[in-house]
Amino acid sequence: MDFKITSDFVSNFWNLWVMVLVFGSILFCVVLLWSQSKAPNNAGQTTGHVWDETLEEYSNPLPNWWRWMFYLTIIFAIVYLALYPGFGNNPGKYGWTMRGQYEAEKAVAEEQFNQAYGPQLKMDVAAVAADPKAKEAGQRLFLTYCAQCHGADAKGAKGFPNLTDSDWLWGGSPETIKETILKGREAAMPAKGLKPDLNADQIKDLANFVRSLSGLAADSLRVQRGKELFAQACAACHGPEGKGNVGVAPNLSDKVWLYGSSEDTIIETITKGRQNRMPAFGEFLGESKVHLLAAYVYGLGGGVKPEAKVEAPAPAAEEKK
Amino acid sequence: MSSSQSKPEDKPQETAGGSLYAAHKKVYPRSVSGVFATWRWVAVWLTQLVFYGMCWLPWNGRQAVLFDLVERKFYIFGLVFWPQDVFFLAILLIICAYALFLVTAIGGRLWCGYACPQTVYTEVFMWIECLIEGDRNARMKLDQSEFSGSKMIRRSAKYLCWGVLSLWTGFTLVGYFTPIKTLLQQVPTLNFGPWEFFWIFFYGAFAYLMAGHLREQVCKYMCPYARFQGVMFDPDTLVITYDVERGEPRGARSKKTDYRAQGFGTCVDCGLCVAVCPTGIDIRNGLQYECIGCAACIDACDQVMDKMSYPRGLIRYTTEHAMEKHWGWREILGHIVRPRVVIYTSILLLIIIGFVWGLATKPSLRVDIIRDRASLAREVDDGLIENVYRLQIMNVSENPQKYVLAVDGLEGISLDGATSIDVAPATTQAMTIQVRAPAEAGKKGSNPIYLDVKSTTDEKISVHEKTTFIQP
Repeated sequence: MDFKITSDFVSNFWNLWVMVLVFGSILFCVVLLWSQSKAPNNAGQTTGHVWDETLEEYSNPLPNWWRWMFYLTIIFAIVYLALYPGFGNNPGKYGWTMRGQYEAEKAVAEEQFNQAYGPQLKMDVAAVAADPKAKEAGQRLFLTYCAQCHGADAKGAKGFPNLTDSDWLWGGSPETIKETILKGREAAMPAKGLKPDLNADQIKDLANFVRSLSGLAADSLRVQRGKELFAQACAACHGPEGKGNVGVAPNLSDKVWLYGSSEDTIIETITKGRQNRMPAFGEFLGESKVHLLAAYVYGLGGGVKPEAKVEAPAPAAEEKK
Repeated sequence: MSSSQSKPEDKPQETAGGSLYAAHKKVYPRSVSGVFATWRWVAVWLTQLVFYGMCWLPWNGRQAVLFDLVERKFYIFGLVFWPQDVFFLAILLIICAYALFLVTAIGGRLWCGYACPQTVYTEVFMWIECLIEGDRNARMKLDQSEFSGSKMIRRSAKYLCWGVLSLWTGFTLVGYFTPIKTLLQQVPTLNFGPWEFFWIFFYGAFAYLMAGHLREQVCKYMCPYARFQGVMFDPDTLVITYDVERGEPRGARSKKTDYRAQGFGTCVDCGLCVAVCPTGIDIRNGLQYECIGCAACIDACDQVMDKMSYPRGLIRYTTEHAMEKHWGWREILGHIVRPRVVIYTSILLLIIIGFVWGLATKPSLRVDIIRDRASLAREVDDGLIENVYRLQIMNVSENPQKYVLAVDGLEGISLDGATSIDVAPATTQAMTIQVRAPAEAGKKGSNPIYLDVKSTTDEKISVHEKTTFIQP
């Protein structure tokens, strides 16, 4: 990301002002030192001032090496101003900037990271999940970037999925997990499903039916009515038996409730719909780190194992003939 | 407490040209022996044995005294200090400060004259110089002589000895931060780490510069101690004083004559007190800021007094009051117990007791509980509410430990998941724990709960840490 930094100043005045001040101060110091080094001392005598009736100060000479150290500091100042910014707007021979230093340090850090975890990028996610060093790095990354929503133990919270179970809204295979982290996800349940004219009583019926799908306590009369409504309003996405569709709509017949299982909560879900968002971390973290994170999440245990490669059947004995 | 006597004359810095800056006039202290010179050498041996020796001592398989900056642990024999213990360092510095105030109030610049590293190293370097180039007169002659083969040899030998000692000093100092035995192995190939390399030569160079060449310039111009000694002394402080009444008028005289009849005081104006002074002052002019309290002038004068069969003590440790009021030792000692000294001593004792008590009760287990901030609580099976925490368990001891966890503070509260953890010696381990409680327990919002972490090997090692449980 390249930022163009523009000055708020419209004229060159302040630049010149600073240059004049800097040059003037250094010149003043040089002149002062040089002129005063010829000044007489009154070794052994006092300066003549008396404070508080008895306090006086001697006027003894300073050692020569002090003077040479003063001159040394002046030379240092001049050299410094030639190399680094300070003399007005002059950027100095090294062209040092705060941003430049930051970019340089960032490049070094990225280099170190790539050296340590570069090889993992070439392995697939399932293999990386088995590497203990990568797992630790993944955990550290998780605690930094993911734990705020998903919890330090990855078991989620209201509105944020549990990553350790085997229920996956968008797919639990290693590649899908990685895609979720890289590109993010947008979830949208339309309010009242496909039947926007549902009234409060009907919604209550639906809520009871949905609870009954998971075996939770529900009013049997309402469950009956809700079943018919479900087929019209909800089954298109959630499936005729509410088993859901990965990537489309959650499974309503399991024990996993992202927003809560109480009747009131389900009523709210149906009435208002739900919008949820997993941010995309691809550009922010870079693929290496997302790869490690995907491996970590997959390694938490709930991921869907990749299909075992099916071996081609051994040729029938007859064909050898 | 500046002297109200005659204005100082013969200041060594005075130059004929009279400019604001004056070239440094080298001081050639003459060697001296005597009671106080012996004490000074005792101080040199004690301090340097500790400095050069302590880093070689082993303890529990490691260096006994090691300030491991990289691992952020300071080891002092059996004590291990983590960054959280920086408080002890602050208290230690305060103790040193009060001890300094106390000692200075009683005996003047005892630190400067006997124990300060600048004084100690200058003494050692001057001893080397004396050994190679000879005593005061020989050195003055050598400096003034023409360049010659023997002069070059002496000079080089001296610089070489100084150089070796300086490097060993730098090496030893770095050996307190990186194990010195490791450093020793790297010496043949000079294969030190970059920073070790830098600091060994940096400290070595500064030791060489300060003790070899700058010497009294440090005391006179760099160290603030000289300037605020006026505040640290009072009229009952023992300072090195020339007894004007006894000594004046000064003058050379034969040993056999009666000096009083001739109108002399006991000072024979031999000038030895000036010749032995490492800062090049004349103590007969009174207390001066340059005087570092090394008591070389006392030793020198006492020797001369002995030769003249006069009583010792023309220059001695005494107080301003004692001089004014002609007190003897009993009154001087009696006045040591005065408000300033009593206050310093009490404060010092209190802080030392607090410090030792704090060290004795330093915990060997530390626990930090960091609760999840964004996802505060969640509902889990059986209608229980769960809160998630990250624990940092710090095993300060140098033995591996296994700790067990327990929670209490709410009706029905329990830990789900791992309840014990192994931690290696002197390391920090983090773990995530889940605490569950019934939804009805406590009140809505924040409830204080307690986590107990106990060592399975030692009952006494335990921490009762408070945290909160959020009920939504």
